[in-house]
Amino acid sequence: MVSAIAEMANRDGGDRVPSMRVGERPLLEVRELKKYFPIYGGIFRRVVGHVYAVDGVSFEVQKGETFGLVGESGCGKTTVGRTILRLLPATGGEVLFDGEDVLRAGPKDMQRLRRQMQIVFQDPFGSLNPRQTAGEIIGAPLRLHGVTRTKAETDEMVAELLATVKMHPSDAGRYPHEFSGGQRQRIGIARAIGLRPRLIICDEPVSALDVSIQSQVLRLFEELQEKLSLTYIFIAHGLHVVRHISDRVGVMYLGRIVEIGTSEALFKSPMHPYTRALISAIPVPDPDFRSQRIVLQGDVPSPARPPSGCAFHPRCPWADARCSAERPVLTQIDGRLVACHYATA
Amino acid sequence: MEALLKVKELRTYFETSDGTLPALDNVSFTVNRGETLGVVGESGCGKSVTALSLMRLVPIPPGRYVSGEIIFEGEDLLKKTDEEMRRIRGKDMAMIFQEPMTSLNPVYTVGDQIAEVFTRHQGLSRREALSRAEAMLAMAGIPDPKRCVTQYPHEMSGGMRQRVMIAMALSCRPKLLIADEPTTALDVTIQAQILEAMRELKRELGMAVMLITHDLGVVAEMADRAIVMYAGKIVEEAPVRDLFHAPLHPYTIGLHECVPRIDKPRGELAVIDGVVPSPLSFPSGCRFHTRCRFAKDICSTEEPTTTVLGEYRKVSCHRAATMVGGGEW
Repeated sequence: MVSAIAEMANRDGGDRVPSMRVGERPLLEVRELKKYFPIYGGIFRRVVGHVYAVDGVSFEVQKGETFGLVGESGCGKTTVGRTILRLLPATGGEVLFDGEDVLRAGPKDMQRLRRQMQIVFQDPFGSLNPRQTAGEIIGAPLRLHGVTRTKAETDEMVAELLATVKMHPSDAGRYPHEFSGGQRQRIGIARAIGLRPRLIICDEPVSALDVSIQSQVLRLFEELQEKLSLTYIFIAHGLHVVRHISDRVGVMYLGRIVEIGTSEALFKSPMHPYTRALISAIPVPDPDFRSQRIVLQGDVPSPARPPSGCAFHPRCPWADARCSAERPVLTQIDGRLVACHYATA
Repeated sequence: MEALLKVKELRTYFETSDGTLPALDNVSFTVNRGETLGVVGESGCGKSVTALSLMRLVPIPPGRYVSGEIIFEGEDLLKKTDEEMRRIRGKDMAMIFQEPMTSLNPVYTVGDQIAEVFTRHQGLSRREALSRAEAMLAMAGIPDPKRCVTQYPHEMSGGMRQRVMIAMALSCRPKLLIADEPTTALDVTIQAQILEAMRELKRELGMAVMLITHDLGVVAEMADRAIVMYAGKIVEEAPVRDLFHAPLHPYTIGLHECVPRIDKPRGELAVIDGVVPSPLSFPSGCRFHTRCRFAKDICSTEEPTTTVLGEYRKVSCHRAATMVGGGEW
């Protein structure tokens, strides 16, 4: 089965970079995506405000590409991932998957679309029944979507999927608590690839893992991408991990994207002052390295009361009157998209 | 340099229904006055048990200090009574943890919790103690300390709570601060603030820090020396520059290689195969041999002894011992 997937994939071109063909329609287009969560208050539990978790996010993901989404806690990166998959209803905006409108798709279309878009969570077992075996966890979506019809078929495919993620077929009979964090993540990945999706949204998939296990799982993601011609959206707060695995990276701050660029360029010469501070804050594992660290003052403001104008202006070393009055839009500078009035190449 | 803390051949075991867990097995190291010692390793290596052992906070039973000495300022902490330990904890040695929320009491204000340190250890009145608490919060970089003393932990962000923990830990100007993954739960920009605050406070108070972390970047930035732990043992000890520029133990080498570097061109990631073994079934010989790409027969049969290359430069590895001696591996 795996070889069949690989064969299917190879028709599409297995290599990572060459498969990002210029001029082709992106696999995923996100336009002005918005997700507001209501805040209820008062004795009548009326809506008294909103948390602007995602406030007008736009980006595109090419076929075969890994698009990294970074930002600190509360910036909205996880909500973006879930809203794209309609695990959360969007407040506004558009999501096109291979040209097809995801947010407005009917139940039948949605079921078909869901097979093509899967998600891997930080703790894949956190939301699953602890009394289900690994085999049942991996097999459930296969039966549900009619990929396999009999138990024998399902078992066979589960065994192959386990082998694909470098586990033993006999692991199918074991329960979640018997596995280590790294093995659980492999099972989460096996479940996600079983439906032969084209896009996988990876939401902090290695954040809870120890470094040696983290590198094993990252390696697995890379191998599967090549083998199955997958496209990834890789959401994480670990910047070095995102830089390593992503072709392009979007940086989020308070519900908006402030900068998008190729991984190499963005980390080498960040343009947005927030990206600069973020990257300069990463401790470098070299005692002789002396960084020009920009230490930001204060905390990220609440997304329920985002600052006026540029949301970053209260913490920005460059900010002036214009920044608190006028919201900067993503503008192309030197092949980069930056939302800052004063960003330059 | 004068030693503040000397741990000698410490063994901390846990008795469980499945058998004895040798969580710490023959661990020896020194922390000198005013220096920062990094303790590196993954979960299950014994870093946190080391910290808890030093504070005598290992629950007994199931824990048991099997043998060894913890000499702090010339006296063996393992011989102290519980009452004596209570006087030392918080005053001469303090500890901060990864998750400040679980270490703070949710029903007391931040001010009251810090003030308790002063009333308990220095016999100050509540009013004096509260104003000292406010001063400590300011020192830890809390922007509005006056308001902060009246707040409850849940009203604060993770970064602010960690500052509160630091303020509390440093209130009595301890000689040794044990920081167990103090920034792991925080975002990088907040981590940068906390590390900055810790560095400044260390300079000001001249205390020694034992910094437990899995992040080699944090070690490079903060530590003077480091020990690397694996499966309950110290496998390598080195001044921080040697640890990064000339690591000797294959586990240390592996840790360096398996983390993507932010300061180097992107390339293929090296992988350490396998997982940290369970203390119930540590491999024979060198405990790392099952995951070591250099392992030979001797590694599975004979436990490596510690090769001492200098006062603070040690390694426990057959390969390193051979190569240091000029031999071929």
